[in-house]
Amino acid sequence: MKGENSMSASQKPGLWTARSSRLTPHGFLLTLAALLLAVPASHAAKIGDLSETTLAVQALRFFTFQDPSVRYALAGSILLGISCGMLGSFIVVRKMALVGDALSHAVLPGVAVGFLWNMSKDPVAIFIGATIAGLLGTVVVRLIQQTTRLKEDTALGLVLATFFAAGICLLTMIQRLPTGNKSGIDKFLFGQAAAIGPGDVKLMAIVTLVAFAIILVFYKEFLVTSFDPAFARVAGIPAQVFHYVLMLLLAGAVVIALQAVGVVLVSAMLITPAASAYLLTDRLSRMVWLSAIFGLLAGALGSFLSFLGPNLPTGPFMVLGATAVFVLAFLFGPRHGIVIRGIRRRSRASRVQRENTLKSIYHVLEGRDFKGDGVSLRELAERRRETVEEAARQSRELRRHALATLHEEGNLIFLTPDGWQLACAIVRNHRLWELYLTNAAQIAADHVHEDAEKIEHVLGDEVVREIERRLANATRDPHGRPIPSLSDMQRGGATSERSPASVGYGKRT
Amino acid sequence: MTTLIPAFDFHRVFIAPWTSDLSSHGWTVLMGFFVAAACGLVGNYLILRRMALVGDAISHSVLPGLVVAFLLARSRHAIVMFLGALVAGLLTTLLIEVIHKKSRVKQDAAIGITFSSLFAVGVILVSLFASQVDLDQECVLYGEIGYVSTDLPVSIAGVQIGPATVIRMGMVALITALLVILIYKELLVSSFDPALAFSLGINATVIHYGLMCWLSVVVVSSFESVGAVLVIAMLILPGATASLLAHRLPTVLLLSVLHAALCSVLGLHLGLWLDCTVAGAMVVMGGFLFGLAWVFSPSQGLLRRWLWMRQSPTGEGEGEAG
Repeated sequence: MKGENSMSASQKPGLWTARSSRLTPHGFLLTLAALLLAVPASHAAKIGDLSETTLAVQALRFFTFQDPSVRYALAGSILLGISCGMLGSFIVVRKMALVGDALSHAVLPGVAVGFLWNMSKDPVAIFIGATIAGLLGTVVVRLIQQTTRLKEDTALGLVLATFFAAGICLLTMIQRLPTGNKSGIDKFLFGQAAAIGPGDVKLMAIVTLVAFAIILVFYKEFLVTSFDPAFARVAGIPAQVFHYVLMLLLAGAVVIALQAVGVVLVSAMLITPAASAYLLTDRLSRMVWLSAIFGLLAGALGSFLSFLGPNLPTGPFMVLGATAVFVLAFLFGPRHGIVIRGIRRRSRASRVQRENTLKSIYHVLEGRDFKGDGVSLRELAERRRETVEEAARQSRELRRHALATLHEEGNLIFLTPDGWQLACAIVRNHRLWELYLTNAAQIAADHVHEDAEKIEHVLGDEVVREIERRLANATRDPHGRPIPSLSDMQRGGATSERSPASVGYGKRT
Repeated sequence: MTTLIPAFDFHRVFIAPWTSDLSSHGWTVLMGFFVAAACGLVGNYLILRRMALVGDAISHSVLPGLVVAFLLARSRHAIVMFLGALVAGLLTTLLIEVIHKKSRVKQDAAIGITFSSLFAVGVILVSLFASQVDLDQECVLYGEIGYVSTDLPVSIAGVQIGPATVIRMGMVALITALLVILIYKELLVSSFDPALAFSLGINATVIHYGLMCWLSVVVVSSFESVGAVLVIAMLILPGATASLLAHRLPTVLLLSVLHAALCSVLGLHLGLWLDCTVAGAMVVMGGFLFGLAWVFSPSQGLLRRWLWMRQSPTGEGEGEAG
């Protein structure tokens, strides 16, 4: 079991550190390792009838790869993970995730018919039968959508359940036959990686390679038809043809996965790795790669876990492996993860808070014509209409960011040069924007304050320069107050040597 | 190959179930009807709200709810099962919403991820605790409707009425019908026009979660007899067939109940003839009835469209879209 964890953990760092420059990699990897450790551990705890020694023995058997059945199972799981992950990314970006679900249920009657062809689990016959049934299912879905007023979801659910029911009927009929009972065809429902044989692995390798080659050759066409069907039509790309090529490849991927994952859960192997990849990147090519890797990991993990105990189905473990990856990406994704977005939102909120405090300090200073240096907590609190405690908290926050220094037991706030510069910049943004709105957008002067309150925190240098240019370097805002100039900002916090022409001596009107 | 489809024996397939074997097959048909009618009535609203696949999701994720409820309470009492299913159903709805709202993953993928993970948990629990749960993997998939008549009978005041499962399902179907009649207006308005519903003071969120809760209850009571996947057919097929044949909601609701009755009777005969699982056969017959409606519907069937296109050669098809 240790080996599995270290293997997965050693494969992941390269992948993640390459992508997550903003995230601290150490904390992330620790969480990842902890979760990977937790999965087998909690699983082991659940198996009451197996003692620890047999678990370890089973795990050892798995990693020494002496058993040919282990080699086939692992190779098969990895291949199916790759092909499902790769093709799944296309259906996820096309918002067709549940087509994969319908397709995977619809192949069941084809499996049964393929089995009946020569009454054995001939991989090729089953593959052909199932692929045809899957394609037929997607065609029926399209037809129902085109010729009735039923919507896509209804058509999908309808085809999925009816085809599946037909398959179940056939399966129960086969099991009634004298030869059918021990055929192991019921393993197609939940999957058993141990049932994968050399013939299956060969077929899986062929299907995966073909899918890979087709995607490589027609990558551009798949990209365009996925994101911009109208443009594809203009460019002369037959979108219908590529739709059905994709469906054919998907049916192939689903069918080779049946043996190990089972009919019911194959759709998860299509959707979940691709959705995890979708959370981590914006480029389709990277998404396809990531998704294939996630599929591979989930496949390997699932075949390993189901090998540990007798009669454990493989499919559900693979699905849970894929879900674990998704949960990690959902929470800790470097760009769209919940955690990182929460942190970003909080840091933005505290930055706005700091800037507002600086602005209030500026206003206090301005109110007494910039005479005297420090601003007392009481003045700040009055200005912001807050309690003194709140003002004290904010002043400490400023000190923490080296924007101000505190004197007289924290009662007097002095801005540092950086703080002064930032305070001027915010006030300047605010007043410039007010002036711009009144002059250029002709909004009444008493309506512009609210808008400026919001935008002052997000105006960039370039926009400020552009506004200044358009306003011909105006010096006063619509309310008659002076707009701090660049030279005021560079002067720093010291107010004693302020020249009369500059900001400090403009009287309020 | 010859033994795959048994010889057609008219007496065994059509006469015996209604005469000598009525005591067992009668209950099977009745159970099938109750399941299909209750699911069909709820399913109509799922179709109207374009939530057919949320039904798919809930029918899968009820499984872990059932197993966990059983393992915690150590009882197979109906209340325990309903509670487990309710929690699982609400959890599914919530998870789908969270994934969909809090990330860039679209709703369809969110549905797929949620139900497959929960179902996987359920299957693993079933296979780990198979000896205790009294559910096997096959039963989870296609149920055991053929065995309902062997269930423990319920008796009131000393008179035996019938197998407990059938009676319970009958109650659920009856309550479903009553609910549909009692809050008909609220369901109708909130399904077709959420804005109008809001202005009338109908709380759409309450209706939504209420529908999901009731869906979980219906699904869990159908679960034992038809399994997780075939429930979806029972949810969607009656409503879809009926909506091809009629335009007004009351007619559609009545037609879907009729569809439920037909597919349970025909399904029993098909199942007896082919000697396969009766639940599967019922769904196959339901699908067959849908196919008939699709082709022969008087207002929008394929045949009608074809005739219409021939009559107006300039019409170049697609003109009739409804």
